[in-house]
Amino acid sequence: MIISIASGKGGTGKTTVAVNLALSLDNAQLLDCDVEEPNAHIFLNPIISDKIPAYVPVPEIDKDKCTYCGKCAEVCAYHAIAVIPANNGKKGNVLVFPHLCHGCGACSLLCPADAIKEVKKEIGVVEVGDSGDIQFVHGILNVGEIMSPPLIRQVKQYINPTRTAIIDAPPGTTCPVIEAVKGSDFCILVTEPTPFGLYDLKLAVEVLNKLTIPFGVVINRSDIGDDKTEIYCREHNIPDLMRIPFDREIAELYSKGIPLVKEKKEYKTGFNNLYKTILKSIK
Amino acid sequence: MKQILVISGKGGTGKTILTASFASLAPNKIMVDCDVDAADLHLILHPEVKHKYDFKSGKTAKINKDLCVRCDKCVKLCRFEAIEKTFIVNRVSCEGCGLCSRICPAGAIEMEENNSGEWYISDTKYGPLVHAKLGIAQENSGKLVVKIRQAAKELAEKQIRDYVIIDGPPGIGCPVIASLSGVDTAVIVTEPTFSGLHDMKRVLELAGHFKIACMVVINKYDLNTEMTQKIEGYCKTREIPVAGKIPFSQEVSKSIVNGMPAVEYCKNGVSEEIIKIWGMLKC
Repeated sequence: MIISIASGKGGTGKTTVAVNLALSLDNAQLLDCDVEEPNAHIFLNPIISDKIPAYVPVPEIDKDKCTYCGKCAEVCAYHAIAVIPANNGKKGNVLVFPHLCHGCGACSLLCPADAIKEVKKEIGVVEVGDSGDIQFVHGILNVGEIMSPPLIRQVKQYINPTRTAIIDAPPGTTCPVIEAVKGSDFCILVTEPTPFGLYDLKLAVEVLNKLTIPFGVVINRSDIGDDKTEIYCREHNIPDLMRIPFDREIAELYSKGIPLVKEKKEYKTGFNNLYKTILKSIK
Repeated sequence: MKQILVISGKGGTGKTILTASFASLAPNKIMVDCDVDAADLHLILHPEVKHKYDFKSGKTAKINKDLCVRCDKCVKLCRFEAIEKTFIVNRVSCEGCGLCSRICPAGAIEMEENNSGEWYISDTKYGPLVHAKLGIAQENSGKLVVKIRQAAKELAEKQIRDYVIIDGPPGIGCPVIASLSGVDTAVIVTEPTFSGLHDMKRVLELAGHFKIACMVVINKYDLNTEMTQKIEGYCKTREIPVAGKIPFSQEVSKSIVNGMPAVEYCKNGVSEEIIKIWGMLKC
């Protein structure tokens, strides 16, 4: 089973829920798909056994074969190739902007002179390891890289079907989030009961409805803010899965990188119950 | 004209709270919300929309069933697994490269332009706000950011504004890179947690990559003073000024619930510190 943790708004407690849920289950795997800012490793201190560089295919032009016809630039939907045609006996040129390339392969496939081959460009690394009984995988995007979805796809290739896979998603509602939660059996939306939390929760709900993934809500710092989130969930029949009150001790544990369930054992039962509720709701 | 961007790496550290407070303090300015996939600034600034524009970006494949000969070529060649075996395009997975429409022997695939969202120029009691709403599960958030940054710059030049105050998205990917381009100062809001420090380092590295001057603000600094010292120490070695340290206060959550900038709502050390930070930033 695959459970993803998402939120819309950042900083609501996705990693807290993901890490503590993993620590409360037997046979869990945690995949941190927030490849721009991965944090789960801070709490789990995994022993990394394998580091696999992640690549995307980008075009390389064979200038001996190239006729500077401009076909590749014409077919590239992302403006990642520009062709300067030959002029007055001066040789032409082809410029490739690898950051803009989505790796669709159109240029190399459609080049009439067969002058383009795809080469690998490194965008980050996937690290695989163990933290106690938990299998751990995360991706780290190279700083300055634009495209995180291909790296997220590569992290998800390590999903172990014999385990409960827990995916920590990035914040927001666009491509990286969709890539991370796609294919989940259930998604936990973590929010906080403020107008910011609620507004972004509603956006996240629309995304999950579009992807037809079942979901429920965990309200973190549940006693700050107002009761509008609770009312929204009730009115829309969204399962209110768990509440975590604001507690300075929890905030301090988080700041030190200590998982909640390690110090406050009562939460282990809480996260176990969360898992049982999810199991029941998707059956 | 000075363009000031507020970013954080980690989500939920207080970007929007600080941006809204700067909007209240700065003279003769316009505001921009570049967190286009989970925009929250409008919940504090209460804009009245004056101009609304469609954001069209990218394309999605559409298969004409009457023409399709079910040869399977598109299914095999699509790198994004966006064409299902039943010859239906998965609109969420399609990245709009157009390869399928070019190689389809029956000419059965057309590329349709996406309506990816809307952007607005609004009035607020603090001055104009340029903001946007990306459609649910749409791509190209970076392009939308470029669009509203450009519109805001033109508006600020036309109206001879002194400041452009920009609320940025979390992370270090595509929309963050688009937000950073051409700003005079980036304010990095962090919190005294391991995650906050980890993510701040990555976003500082990104800003350094683009040679943007940075200042750091430590929010909720008293939740872990040891970690605050660590962050200050790190900034010192990198010669990055720490513009201020905002204390933790539940009044800040209340300011969001009341839809007011924290600097106006909080009658405590929070406001004093934000005023001090703005004092450093404005010169």
